[in-house]
Amino acid sequence: MSDQVSEKAPGDTAPPRTGFGAGISRLTRGKPTQPGETYGVPGSGDTLVLSLFTIALLIFVWWLITEMELVKPLFVPSPQSIVQKFISVWQNGFTGTPLWEHIAISAARVFGAFLLACAIGVPLGLAMGMSPMMRGIFDPPIEFYRPIPPLAYLPLMIIWFGIGEVSKVLLIFLSVFAPVALGAKAGVRSAAIEQIHAAYSFGASRWQVMRYIILPSALPEILTAMRIGIGFGWTTLVAAEMVAATSGIGYMVLSASQFLQTSTVIMGIVVIAAIAYTFDLLMRFIERKVVPWKGKM
Amino acid sequence: MALVIDDVSVIYPAANGRPPVEALSKIDLTIGPGDFVVALGASGCGKSTLLNLIAGFLAPSSGSLTLDGSPIDGPGADRSVVFQKHALLPWLNVLDNVAFGLKLQGISQQNRKAIAEKFIGLLGLSGFEQSPVYALSGGMQQRVGIARALTCEPKVLLMDEPLGALDALTREKAQELILKIWDDTRKSMFFITHSVEEALFMGTHLVVMSPRPGRIAHRFDLPFSRRYLAGETARALKASPDFIRIREEVLSIIFADEEAA
Repeated sequence: MSDQVSEKAPGDTAPPRTGFGAGISRLTRGKPTQPGETYGVPGSGDTLVLSLFTIALLIFVWWLITEMELVKPLFVPSPQSIVQKFISVWQNGFTGTPLWEHIAISAARVFGAFLLACAIGVPLGLAMGMSPMMRGIFDPPIEFYRPIPPLAYLPLMIIWFGIGEVSKVLLIFLSVFAPVALGAKAGVRSAAIEQIHAAYSFGASRWQVMRYIILPSALPEILTAMRIGIGFGWTTLVAAEMVAATSGIGYMVLSASQFLQTSTVIMGIVVIAAIAYTFDLLMRFIERKVVPWKGKM
Repeated sequence: MALVIDDVSVIYPAANGRPPVEALSKIDLTIGPGDFVVALGASGCGKSTLLNLIAGFLAPSSGSLTLDGSPIDGPGADRSVVFQKHALLPWLNVLDNVAFGLKLQGISQQNRKAIAEKFIGLLGLSGFEQSPVYALSGGMQQRVGIARALTCEPKVLLMDEPLGALDALTREKAQELILKIWDDTRKSMFFITHSVEEALFMGTHLVVMSPRPGRIAHRFDLPFSRRYLAGETARALKASPDFIRIREEVLSIIFADEEAA
């Protein structure tokens, strides 16, 4: 055994580690990494294969349950029926509206609200991070409404802004706005004080320090906040389309559930998840391109 | 060029029930043209406070600081700082980091590039202009930091333990490099270090500082950096009897401070 090659000093009476104990220690000991990787980085390694396996397993179990008719299709429709439902709704539409139109209107609501929230939230968050006056003014209202579930203030939105697009987009906007603004505010603190001092000692003005030091250092946190924000946006979509909507994925899910069309409900959920996940992949790609230095210094 | 520190004291106000702290007490120091002033002392003796005063980050509680007769009132490009943690900007490559101070001063892109290239060459970084700074070794990052500070053409270059994070071999090479640049550019330098050997080897003037309150306890005029530039080798200098004699003298001062602490 390899761990008995040791050259023992005379008088070394420690018993050789053999059998079960040695086996365990070999298992728990890290293997050396391949050249080009770093030893001992927590959680390093590729997860793609395992993730695909998990997805395949879940779908298989789902299929098995429906195939063995353990549960009625009303409660758990089979995976195949979801695919069929997708194709039929794609071809024939839902309540007279084609599926792509439902998707487009929901995407327009979410991304419109998201862009608006970023356009206002990022500059405001940066201003809050840099100016105690701005922080003093805007911290209380944001911190007040942030923990409230959007469903709770949805009635207010309807009373104030009616049942049209304004209240829907505004509801999603509010759910995205708080995390984006607070992320940008926190990002202001990312610049090292040495970086700021160095810039001043090269003759930078306050404005230049903001533009060339604080803004670029805040970028990683702003991008993370945007990813979190869009997540909240999708979460709020269904709530926003609960009231007086005649189109949209959230509307489709809700009205299908009223008619116990479970397969349409699940299909809508999968469509929302697919769009949200695709967008998150896009954001991660942008992150790698825009801030390749993230976490490196 | 003369930077004059006249009877400067810094008192940090009382906080958390602790009494006020006198970080610096009655400092008098003049940095003349081409001087290489090294501040040496145990932790807490006010070296960095002194550098922050000169850089303009901190206002003195009493006394005055003037550069060429005009009072120091805030940071400025005539006093660039090199930090222990290089404080480079990871989103810029080496060239843009070195040219950063020039960009702040509104110098055109071609001129920026030309000036930056000169200092990149001076610090032996040619060929790395397009490298991202986070991919460089610690020694190279610190050289980028020095090049960046030099491009601003400061009247005095302030260095706060710039070599503290480097390994011994890289550090000695960097010391020699800084001396050569000092010789080339004829800048005045203010250099903080923990290392007695580094202080003796590099400075023309050494101020040994003592804590509680921070003050200049001893001053030495040193010949070694000029002798190095005149052709003697660093190793021979550091082994010479007069170097060792001063080193022992300075060490006993610093150890006495440590004992008293």
